[in-house]
Amino acid sequence: MNIGVVLRQVPDLIEPLEVDASGTALDLSAATFVVNETDDHALEQALLLKESGGGTVTVVALDFGEVDNTLYTAAAKGADRILKLAWDESQSPTPHRAAAALAEALRTLAPDLVLVGVQAHDELDGALAPLLAARLGWPYVGVIRGVKQAAEGGSVVVCKEFPGAVMARLVVRLPAVLGILGAEQPPRYVPVSRIRAAMKSTRFEEAAHAAGTGPAGIAVTHMAPPPAGARAEMIAGSDTEVAQRIVEILAQKGLLK
Amino acid sequence: MSGSDILVLAEVHRGTLADITFELLAAARGLVGGSGGEVVALVLSENGAAFAPALGAADRILLVDHSALANYAPEPFLAALAEVVTARSPRAVLIGATSIGWDLAPLLAARLDAPLALGCKAISAEDSALAVTASFCGGKMVAELRIDRAPAVLMVLPGSFRAAEAAGKAQVEPCTLSASLEPAAIRFEEFLLPEAGDVDITQQDILVAVGRGIQQKENIELAEQLAQVLGGAVCASRPVVDQGWLPTTRQVGKSGMTVRPKLYLAFGISGAPEHQEGMKNSELIVAVNTDPRAPIFDIAHYGAQVDALELLPALVEAIGARKG
Ligand SMILES: Cc1cc2nc3c(=O)[nH]c(=O)nc-3n(C[C@H](O)[C@H](O)[C@H](O)COP(=O)(O)OP(=O)(O)OC[C@H]3O[C@@H](n4cnc5c(N)ncnc54)[C@H](O)[C@@H]3O)c2cc1C
Ligand SMILES: Nc1ncnc2c1ncn2[C@@H]1O[C@H](COP(=O)(O)O)[C@@H](O)[C@H]1O
Repeated sequence: MNIGVVLRQVPDLIEPLEVDASGTALDLSAATFVVNETDDHALEQALLLKESGGGTVTVVALDFGEVDNTLYTAAAKGADRILKLAWDESQSPTPHRAAAALAEALRTLAPDLVLVGVQAHDELDGALAPLLAARLGWPYVGVIRGVKQAAEGGSVVVCKEFPGAVMARLVVRLPAVLGILGAEQPPRYVPVSRIRAAMKSTRFEEAAHAAGTGPAGIAVTHMAPPPAGARAEMIAGSDTEVAQRIVEILAQKGLLK
Repeated sequence: MSGSDILVLAEVHRGTLADITFELLAAARGLVGGSGGEVVALVLSENGAAFAPALGAADRILLVDHSALANYAPEPFLAALAEVVTARSPRAVLIGATSIGWDLAPLLAARLDAPLALGCKAISAEDSALAVTASFCGGKMVAELRIDRAPAVLMVLPGSFRAAEAAGKAQVEPCTLSASLEPAAIRFEEFLLPEAGDVDITQQDILVAVGRGIQQKENIELAEQLAQVLGGAVCASRPVVDQGWLPTTRQVGKSGMTVRPKLYLAFGISGAPEHQEGMKNSELIVAVNTDPRAPIFDIAHYGAQVDALELLPALVEAIGARKG
């Protein structure tokens, strides 16, 4: 099975997020980027499928948000090909713009299966994975944890998560796009030495892609961190002091038996 | 039905209406206001009439009954939803940010080339537009959106609206569609239920919850020790379960359990909306996180900005000292 995987860079939420001068968009020039977590799971799932059933894994990414390190890491983990699509850094890769570019490259690649993270935390007016499916004209299902080759050829068996740790097993005829929430195993670790080696041996390929426009009829009028509303009463002090205060609170509420 | 109607996708999960349905109906009621529009609930199901009596908060209940809708598969659900929305031209379609909603809302918007907003927490109707407050970046950013094209497809975060009471006209209207609803490329096979035998975290009075901030599998032992002295159990956010450090039955949140203990102690959990929806109604929430901007502090009653790995043993010791 030949699998296409999309990797996106997103602002790291550990760092403070800033809003730009327009007041309606994230200031991406101030952000530190990391690979989108569910995309990282999509890559892991693709590598697991390749290891169990053969085929290839091709990563497709926009050249945005310090993506090179993520791509070398993907190569070190076992991705066979890396397509890096030229991108104007001044343009934020909104889901609609990104979908237009990535769909074009994926159409040419013509994989059997496309795995994409079901969500990226910076998505607001579109979700990339279903947009890609719509552009490719392929079926889509998301919130998937675990993909396996089906006994019948040309299909995969997926688990879709529902509340209460319930899963639904679905059979998906290929080609298809899947929105991955989790891989069957946590994303693998590769030592830095292997990433360094990948930096020397990996050649990023370019691919033709189309420009897209955002959706019509929707606009951001204001953006800000959430207002400090009913915030928690913060307990200050050393670890011991904080612990003692929490224990007092629990005792007062009758929670210490 | 008119262009000022608000359509709500009623969600049926394993034979019952999901709670989100009633929250969406409340949101819809707030939007129709004095516009003369109706709150319309759409039930996509097999034998959907059985759910009509519970949908008294709607003015109209549209039933699409079909064997292909007995269990969820995206294609027949999308075909039915798209046909109803096209035929009835509502002002907005409200869909929950659930497992099904994460498929159907973006797919519907893509099919109809309609505007889509994710993470909706508040929605109001202005003259010619809808104003939407949407949460993103794991709850660390809020955007105000203006949508001036119908239908607006709004994916609503669970827990954002108080469930609606029965107050509508509740007229039931069966629908016949022209679209073929036979499942095509994606076929539902069966539900897989979690293995029984583990602790049922929904039945615990005290939960010690650990998130990615716990850093290593070995550190879960620190939480176990605290749970033991408190007489509670350990639960977790998704990344901890993804790592295989705890079973899925211990996960709290959208795909995990919804809990309402007397005490929820959160260690190293940022408080993303998907986690909050499973625990925000806990009676007492105490959150420990090194990041003062962590959204968990927005819903916690008490918070401390300290290292969870240091505080866990300090708490065990303080409780031990108190018990003597
Ligand atoms: C469809 C869908 C369903 C989902 N379902 C669920 C679900 O059921 N449950 C769920 O939890 N998530 C779910 N998620 C994932 C959710 O969006 C978040 O990614 C997840 O909740 C984050 O978990 P976390 O808070 O542990 O990790 P992070 O967001 O990474 O937060 C870790 C926190 O630990 C803090 N920290 C780090 N070190 C320390 C330390 N030493 N001491 C104290 N604090 C520290 C950091 O400041 C940070 O705030 C779902 C997502 C999607 C898209
Ligand atoms: N050495 C590495 N080995 C494997 N994955 C890595 C490595 N470095 C970074 N990554 C990936 O990049 C993501 C972000 O990592 P970090 O930069 O440590 O926050 C992780 O989820 C990893 O999947």
